Amino acid sequence: MTRKSGLLAAGGVTIVAALAVALLLMWKPAIAPVSPPAQDAFDARTKLAGARVVALGDCIVCHTAKGGKPFAGGLPLVTPFGTIYATNITPDVKTGIGAWSLEAFTRAMRHGVARDGHLLYPAFPYVHFTRISDDDIAAAYAYLMTREPIDATPPANQLMFPLNFRPLLAFWNVLFLRPGAQPPDASKDVEWNRGKLLVDGLGHCASCHSPLNAIGGEKSGHAFDGGIVDGWEAPALNAPGAAPKPWTKEQLVAYLRTGRASEHGAAAGPMLPVTRDLATVPEADVRSIATYLLSIQKPHAVSGAEATRAASTVGSPEAQRGAMLFAASCAQCHGPAAPMQSIGERPTLAFSTAVNAATPRNAIQMILSGNGWHGEDSMNYMPAFAQIYNDQQIADLASYIRAAYSQRGPWTDVEAAVVKVRKENNAR
Amino acid sequence: MINLTVNGVQHALDIDPSTPLLYALRNDLQLHGAKFGCGLGQCGACTVIVDGEAAFSCLIPVGSIGRKPVRTIEGLGTIEHPGPLQKAFIEHQAVQCGYCIAGMIMRAQALLDRNPRPTERELLEHMEPNLCRCGTHTRILAAIREVAHLQAADAPRENPPLAASPGGAQ
Amino acid sequence: MSGHDEHLDERTDEAIDESRRRFMLGSALVVSFSMLPGVKALAQKVIADEGAAVHIGKATQALAGSLKTNPYLDSWIRIDRAGKVTVYTGKVELGTGVRTALLQIAAEELAMAPALITFLTADTGASPDEGLTAGSHTIADSGSALLNASAQVRGLLVDAAAKRFGIRSNVLTVRDSVIKAPDGRSMTYGEAVGLVDLHRMAAPVSPLTNPAAFHVIGTSLPRVDIPRKVTGGVSYVQDMLMPGMVHARVVMPPVYEARLLQANTADVLKMPGVMKVVRNGSMLAVVANGEWQAVQAQRLLAAGSQWSAGRALPDPATVHRDLATLCTQQIEIANTHSATATAVKTLGAKYTKRYMMHGSIGASCALALFKDGAMTVWTHSQGVYPLRDGLAEMLSMPKDSIRCIHVEGSGCYGHNGADDVAAHAALIAREMEGKPVRVQWMREQEHTWDHYTPAMVTEVKASLDAGGNIVDWNYALWSSSHNERIVNAGRLIPAQLLEKPFAPAPSVPMVQPEGGGDRNGIPLYALPNMHVMNNFSPTMPLHTSAMRSLGAHMNVFSIETFMDELAAAAGADPVEFRLRHMQDPRARDAIRLAAEKFGWPRPPRKRNHGVGFAFARYKNLMAYVAIAVEISVVPETGQVILEHAEAAVDAGQIVNPDGIRNQIEGGVIQSASWTLYEELQFDTNRIRSFDWSSYPILRFSAVPRSVKVHLIDRPGTPFLGAAEASMGPTAGALGNAIFDATGKRLRDMPLAGDSLRA
Repeated sequence: MTRKSGLLAAGGVTIVAALAVALLLMWKPAIAPVSPPAQDAFDARTKLAGARVVALGDCIVCHTAKGGKPFAGGLPLVTPFGTIYATNITPDVKTGIGAWSLEAFTRAMRHGVARDGHLLYPAFPYVHFTRISDDDIAAAYAYLMTREPIDATPPANQLMFPLNFRPLLAFWNVLFLRPGAQPPDASKDVEWNRGKLLVDGLGHCASCHSPLNAIGGEKSGHAFDGGIVDGWEAPALNAPGAAPKPWTKEQLVAYLRTGRASEHGAAAGPMLPVTRDLATVPEADVRSIATYLLSIQKPHAVSGAEATRAASTVGSPEAQRGAMLFAASCAQCHGPAAPMQSIGERPTLAFSTAVNAATPRNAIQMILSGNGWHGEDSMNYMPAFAQIYNDQQIADLASYIRAAYSQRGPWTDVEAAVVKVRKENNAR
Repeated sequence: MINLTVNGVQHALDIDPSTPLLYALRNDLQLHGAKFGCGLGQCGACTVIVDGEAAFSCLIPVGSIGRKPVRTIEGLGTIEHPGPLQKAFIEHQAVQCGYCIAGMIMRAQALLDRNPRPTERELLEHMEPNLCRCGTHTRILAAIREVAHLQAADAPRENPPLAASPGGAQ
Repeated sequence: MSGHDEHLDERTDEAIDESRRRFMLGSALVVSFSMLPGVKALAQKVIADEGAAVHIGKATQALAGSLKTNPYLDSWIRIDRAGKVTVYTGKVELGTGVRTALLQIAAEELAMAPALITFLTADTGASPDEGLTAGSHTIADSGSALLNASAQVRGLLVDAAAKRFGIRSNVLTVRDSVIKAPDGRSMTYGEAVGLVDLHRMAAPVSPLTNPAAFHVIGTSLPRVDIPRKVTGGVSYVQDMLMPGMVHARVVMPPVYEARLLQANTADVLKMPGVMKVVRNGSMLAVVANGEWQAVQAQRLLAAGSQWSAGRALPDPATVHRDLATLCTQQIEIANTHSATATAVKTLGAKYTKRYMMHGSIGASCALALFKDGAMTVWTHSQGVYPLRDGLAEMLSMPKDSIRCIHVEGSGCYGHNGADDVAAHAALIAREMEGKPVRVQWMREQEHTWDHYTPAMVTEVKASLDAGGNIVDWNYALWSSSHNERIVNAGRLIPAQLLEKPFAPAPSVPMVQPEGGGDRNGIPLYALPNMHVMNNFSPTMPLHTSAMRSLGAHMNVFSIETFMDELAAAAGADPVEFRLRHMQDPRARDAIRLAAEKFGWPRPPRKRNHGVGFAFARYKNLMAYVAIAVEISVVPETGQVILEHAEAAVDAGQIVNPDGIRNQIEGGVIQSASWTLYEELQFDTNRIRSFDWSSYPILRFSAVPRSVKVHLIDRPGTPFLGAAEASMGPTAGALGNAIFDATGKRLRDMPLAGDSLRA
């Protein structure tokens, strides 16, 4: 055999091998369907444990449509690649996961593969869920399989070519999926380890609170540096200077369980439903999450945004307009000694991360959309102003609030930011 | 001087621009339909229509409205010539104390102006910001349904709204 | 404390002029009894509902309804020579539709179209004194009075015409205030009234129309107030504008007994439009030309005022335990004994209810004008006469110099801030002589200074015999006062804040059969060996008073959910079990009708769905309500939705069917909100429910798909008040339905939420 033909042969074998590997990666076998487990197949303790797992994982938030039945799917998730609709994970046989065995469920959670072998989009954060224990997966299975089966088919995904070809996800998984449970760090205590597992696993905090690369994976080396989700900034979880007041453990625990904390602003946008779920899990879980998060703080660096406030612009036309808007729209709750503060014990806007952030994005979103009613759990309600004000008015108001309540310099190009945010919101 | 267009009529009001529209309507224009319930944008008793959108008049400073048209319940009709919603509310006697009703009607009017045939779910979601303490809800909805040509409430719901839907971002 | 007999004397004195005195001496026998000194010795307490007890003299005890306290026909009906008919009631329109219903009653018996009558509600300057509009008494008391007074007036006019015509009364017909003789002669009411003196006491017997001939009573006459309310007309005290009117806002203490130490008056006076800062002790207010100016000034004044620490509030976690020690008065309200079969099974349960607030959508408001030594107050108070008396004491003014006129507010559902803001208005008006002063409470004031409905505890123990019959019943309840109405100036919160403060009259329990916390504490079921104890607390950790149905909401919830537990222990269907123990035939009819309309018993329910049944007769005196409900539970969140309700109601002679339906539907929905969701937030420092986000109530997202009300018509029987009758039964039915859906027996209100997560 000549060297060239030897190389060709080797190349051919490599290609065939690579194709074989690729095929192996892309096409997964189906796991046989089972009859749905009986409602009494699981004991109460397991189901309770499962409720906790499912709450920590926030499953209900993505897998429930607005106004839809719990876990029945249908919620659109807008990504840079198009819109994906969350699946029905009720135990309905035809449209949900009623025919999934525990083995199939585990494979989905650890590897992102559906029962029939198709690959799931990583909008479902299996890269994180893969880290949790077998017991937790089994408990979640028990809880989900005892929900009310709902016949509901989500709308078809609208993804741009070639991403609508699922098998390609296999390559994404090669890059970003490290399957398997996460072992504890022996050098750290139990609470820290539990916190790390919750944050990295079920909590999948990095999915929102990290920047993503061009193909939607978390940028390596940048975990918890902050991200953008649904148009809201998910602030960095490792930057102690982000908030005007440092987070204490008690404040962080309170925030995660109620959406409110003294000396910090309120949870809003996509974070608010997370706090509703965390309100239902044992406090010890939330305390351990807080412990872990406080342990990953980078050394505090004073950024330019913390420079002392620019010269006062109190008399400018923008400031006057902003003051007028604030007096009528905001002061009754956010003004000095307003009942929301004196009786409701909410902190002043001066402590709000959004008001002090480097960009006005979250402040703008807050003013545009407020926080809606949610039955008896409505402590963070705020009215929405998107329909009341135009872009310039929202910008005036945001700038006024920044000047009146933050020690940091003014935002620039605020009106352009409002236009951009509104456009993004309308496109979603 | 603040210029406002209310129910098609232009007014010039020499008032503080930060004055919430609610007080200008009631005190300066003697339009009593919109009511003070909370002043916080939580109850909807002050609801009017500004530029086609249902809005809390207790939160909007008159200086921010500009040329956007403002509509109040007085603009929908009179006792002698009630508008369709007003007529339906009278027919259904969809009033107990009545304090919330002007806000309810304006809220509903804004929906029907945009979408004359809403679904049941759209109707319920749209009305959510408005509170009624007397429990007149079923009659209020019946009156609106009539104008919206929606079938009666006790027809089977295809997908009833979840009261505390935890789904999705706010 | 003023009793109504004093008022009777006063009215008699001021109403009599010389010519009338001569007329009345002709009927001296009737009159003289009421003028006898020592008439109080013959007095007998009759109605002891909210407010002060009412003493009825012997002379008037036989009269119908409020004629007992206001026996003169022309207190109720005046007709002038032009024929204008004005009818007065001492009750007020709270949004329940009584203005229309009472008008129907008067129109029916006066034989004239409602539209021809000028109908005026409570006004201390003009109307009869009927105390409070509360307790579902309006149709029973004012309605009966108007029914009889109208009939008697009509009869007198017809008799006078007959006499003039020289024919017998019974051949005359009356239609639309015209009396016609068969030969074509006619006389208008205006002409006839010249022949009659209506200033006479009503007789015990009236020429009532045969109910079978009613053509106004019993019809769903559209409410006369609705057209204006849906077209933006001036309908509420909040809508009143008067020339020269100024706007006031008050600053309230952060908590009970906090005293004002300092106020930034000087700064506030500099604000645009501010006319005055009024301070009297801890009563603090600001007056401005414009409303927005007043709001902004109030914000600054509230921010800059400093208060002492005030009183600590109870720990919410111990509220129910503490009631055991606070309830120092034990009042036994039932103790019956009879022989029965042996008890084979005994069950017991304990129930709790938390503080709740009225939650009026429109925060309370009042206008007052002090001019030429006279004070006029426009108020949505439920009782203008008691308010007037309280204001007189607070201002040290003669009662005659104060006039309280009722103007509608938003629904109050009992003792909310209406009287208190009226006191604020009077105090401020006194400082702004000649200017009408409008005072509007802010939302956090309406919420934190409400007279809450008390937290309560109930305990029940009962036994069954081998046949599944109840053989003994032991019930106890613990509660503070449900009745802190204005019986003296000190019951007005602003009066408590003054430099020379007034002290509220001591809390006293309300007596049966009306009851307060013990309202509906005695089941209507025929229960042998029944013992019911009312444990009353004369002190109130939080300010409490009357809220729609008072203790009935809690007592009926307890009794009706416990009846289901007993039924289950007896292996009986809940409806059949109730019928087994109910002898009152009208109650049985209501129970059967509701069950029939609902389709009881139901086929197997859908998952997470449940059905429940309950019954009560309000106060065991008023309307009968039986209700069956279907609910659904969302186990992931603990949310409960009332899907569908069927109610059967017996309200005696029905005046306005749709009016009753409206009240019952509203009561069902409001009670669902109370029972499933509501609880006051507070801690030891202060009340924390200051807005709707901190006190959420039912919204459209949770509205029932349908609530159907079926009325049982009982023509000719006494009117039975219905406005509060559905609160308790709804609560009981919901508790029972939740058990059916989840297997969980919940006994602590509010029922929805974490305890239902599964």
